[in-house]
Amino acid sequence: MPQGIKDKVAILGMGCSRFGERWDASPEDLMVEAYNEAMTDAGITPEQLDAAWFSTHMEDVGTGRGGIPMGIALRLPNIGVTRVENFCAGGSEAVRAAVYGVASGACDIAIALGVEKLKDTGYGGLPVATVGTYIPQWYPAAVAPANFAQLAAAYRAKHDVDKATLKQAISHVSVKSHANGAKNPKAHLRKEITIEQCLKAPKIAEPLGLFDCCGVSDGAAAVIVTRPEIARELGKTDLVSFKALQLSVSNGWEMSGSEWDGSYVHTARIASKKAYEEAGIRNPREEISMTEVHDCFSITELVTMEDLGLSDEGQAYRDVLDGKFDANGDIPCQIDGGLKCFGHPVGASGIRMLYEMYLQLQGRADERQLSNVRTGLIHNLGGQPNQNVCSISIVGRLGE
Amino acid sequence: MTIGITGYGAYLPHLRLARRVVAEANAWFAPGLVSKGRGHRCMANWDEDAITLAVAAARHATPPSDTRDNIARLLLVSETLPFAERLNAAVVAGALCLPDAVNAADVSGAQSVAVASISQLVNAAKAAGETSLLVAASNRRTRAASAPELDYGDAAAAVRIGCHSEAQPVLAEVLGTSSRTVDFVDHFRMAGEDVDYHWEERWVRDEGIGKIAPAAVSEALDRAGVAAAEVDHFIFPTVFKKADAQLAKRCGIPDAAVADNLSATVGDSGSAHALLMLNGVLEKATPGQTIVLTQFGSGMACAVLKVTEHITRFRPATSLAAQLEGGCEETSYTRYLAYKGQLKLERGMRGEQDKKTALSTSWRHREALLGFVAGRCSVSGDVHFPPTRISYTPGKPEQDTQQPYPLADVHGRILSWSAEYLSSYMAPPHHYGQVDFDGGGRLLMEFTDVRPGDIDNGSEVKMVFRIKDIDELRGFKRYFWKAKPVTYPENDAQS
Repeated sequence: MPQGIKDKVAILGMGCSRFGERWDASPEDLMVEAYNEAMTDAGITPEQLDAAWFSTHMEDVGTGRGGIPMGIALRLPNIGVTRVENFCAGGSEAVRAAVYGVASGACDIAIALGVEKLKDTGYGGLPVATVGTYIPQWYPAAVAPANFAQLAAAYRAKHDVDKATLKQAISHVSVKSHANGAKNPKAHLRKEITIEQCLKAPKIAEPLGLFDCCGVSDGAAAVIVTRPEIARELGKTDLVSFKALQLSVSNGWEMSGSEWDGSYVHTARIASKKAYEEAGIRNPREEISMTEVHDCFSITELVTMEDLGLSDEGQAYRDVLDGKFDANGDIPCQIDGGLKCFGHPVGASGIRMLYEMYLQLQGRADERQLSNVRTGLIHNLGGQPNQNVCSISIVGRLGE
Repeated sequence: MTIGITGYGAYLPHLRLARRVVAEANAWFAPGLVSKGRGHRCMANWDEDAITLAVAAARHATPPSDTRDNIARLLLVSETLPFAERLNAAVVAGALCLPDAVNAADVSGAQSVAVASISQLVNAAKAAGETSLLVAASNRRTRAASAPELDYGDAAAAVRIGCHSEAQPVLAEVLGTSSRTVDFVDHFRMAGEDVDYHWEERWVRDEGIGKIAPAAVSEALDRAGVAAAEVDHFIFPTVFKKADAQLAKRCGIPDAAVADNLSATVGDSGSAHALLMLNGVLEKATPGQTIVLTQFGSGMACAVLKVTEHITRFRPATSLAAQLEGGCEETSYTRYLAYKGQLKLERGMRGEQDKKTALSTSWRHREALLGFVAGRCSVSGDVHFPPTRISYTPGKPEQDTQQPYPLADVHGRILSWSAEYLSSYMAPPHHYGQVDFDGGGRLLMEFTDVRPGDIDNGSEVKMVFRIKDIDELRGFKRYFWKAKPVTYPENDAQS
């Protein structure tokens, strides 16, 4: 059993750009926005950065390959910049690399930054991605909504939930996130919506309508990490530290054989179990104060509650309808508005979620501030239910 | 040695265009066509072409219980072959998993060539005992508001020809054949052109069919040693009303022998039509009956067949009769026009995605891509598609243990699915989902020939070979397998 990362690394500073259809901003501008805030928050100068990890997903409409775009955009002092790409978990992966870097002692202060510029495609939705030369010859040219919508079909079949009830539950997921996002000045979509709007919205992928899908936005987020003793030397108190960083990647099991029933995400169950162990969490329902999960689609958030062990299997739709994950519920989810309201600039999302945790743990979340926040869980899911990467990060106050 | 037909099969596309909607849509421009607005014509889906139609018919003619390993020759007959360079028959051979040693060829040029090819295949059986597969498929384009738009139909048909054996008995013996080759141009289409150009019907009837066909029919009957009056089934595809009965009369063949030309349900399937009608006849034929199979085009081709006592020992994988009963009525004329390249639809920016095919990749994985051959781990029994070197066995990955495991004839059940309106797709909403194969194997697959409400979790599906993508930039098509429902909800049929 590895020692784990618990309390070895703390956050020195964070920044997050305003997310949205940023017609005004290039990816470089977005990076600068997040970087400036993070550096000011950390109270350091560029020369104090030892290394950087850079997350961006899309190449065709994005920022470019390698570490150069970040190095140049931020005029970093010729430090190592490594591009990280791991689908929607890319942001969290950049964080993991930076955290491991400072934990190892190879560097003292590292920055992880994620950015995505999606709104230069000319159409709505995620850009069409390339997947090599073999897969397109046999795999359907599937789009994300239809991949995740299949969770709903399988969930209904497994748990004998009727279509209308499940639709009500997933609509509640989106209504809740919009209510939260309306209070967040950095969110893309800041309007509250109603259940009726969700039910009547145009169909995107059976059974998902427009409001079951997260927005598509531009944005950037950054985190500067260091070891706790260095943070204290730099005058920081009230430190937020990493309790667990876990990643689980599919190995084809879901697509081979018939054991997986399609109603849940296998890797999420593995990653969360490992993360709870790493963080020393025995009862997540009692010990996790809040979650930021990968609500690319409303149904994803719903099944994730079961994958994280926050709902009993087959009961998440009831818990959702009972308000368990609302802002005033037992375990608030997406208190910042989630992907639903922030949109999903792929490379940035994981760090954006961490940003909200950081603010909440430091009591700096203004109108959205929850009471008694002690431990937060971040969940990213990239790929599709039958083959994916899932990252689980747990953060909390240092030493608690 | 008895040589003849040892197997047969036909394929009709799922879509059946109601001629009514075509006639009504064009009545303002071509009121003369309103009288043709009755019945249905078969219509290829967007992902079907002569190659996929041929594969479907060939599969029906060679059921899974029947080996294909002995097929030495494959002739693909079509006037609408998708590729001018690249052997279309090679794609069919790959999809059928025929041995690499098969001698395959594309045959085109006139509608009579399928029937004309029979003598060549009989000779191959006579000389070397070879078994051949003759497949004909037609997927013609037509100009809007034209008579062919209503007359034509898309379909395919196949026959297997070989020597009699216990495993593959001759169902109908070829007694004699005849041919006429003359440059009588009733219609033509230059290479690269879209639609046929027809000369006047009266001239074709009187000067063409009336003068060229009877002598060829008589010659074939003479060679077979059969009297015209003894003929039980006379197959002469034609879109001209009663032209078949007139020819039968002229040849001395009884009027009752004239075979149904399927005009009310299928339309005329060009180079495939004689074999298609032959399928209809063979499904009902009884031992001892005589069939005269003919087709007109740049001359005339005839074959005289005698139905044997073994006729009931073979059944196509799916009969023509069952397909005539099934299908789905299509009432959107613009869908027909779009699928036939006569109406350019706005595909949106998502339709701009490059569909370039890496040919070296296709070749490397040809068995998986064309033949739909998975890998089955000999240790765990797990089925993997695509085949991989390392098999997933929980806790114990096995290496290099996978054996070829064909999935094309295996049915599956839908584990999960969705139907989306987001992507650029020619038959929205785009349906796909995970399919669990009976006996192992799982794949995320596209569903074809489906409309909203046709499928749900647990629905049974079968595998069909279809166009996967069209690379419009380079003019290339790639093919793969898709899942099609085995049954359809009752309220959807013909609705």
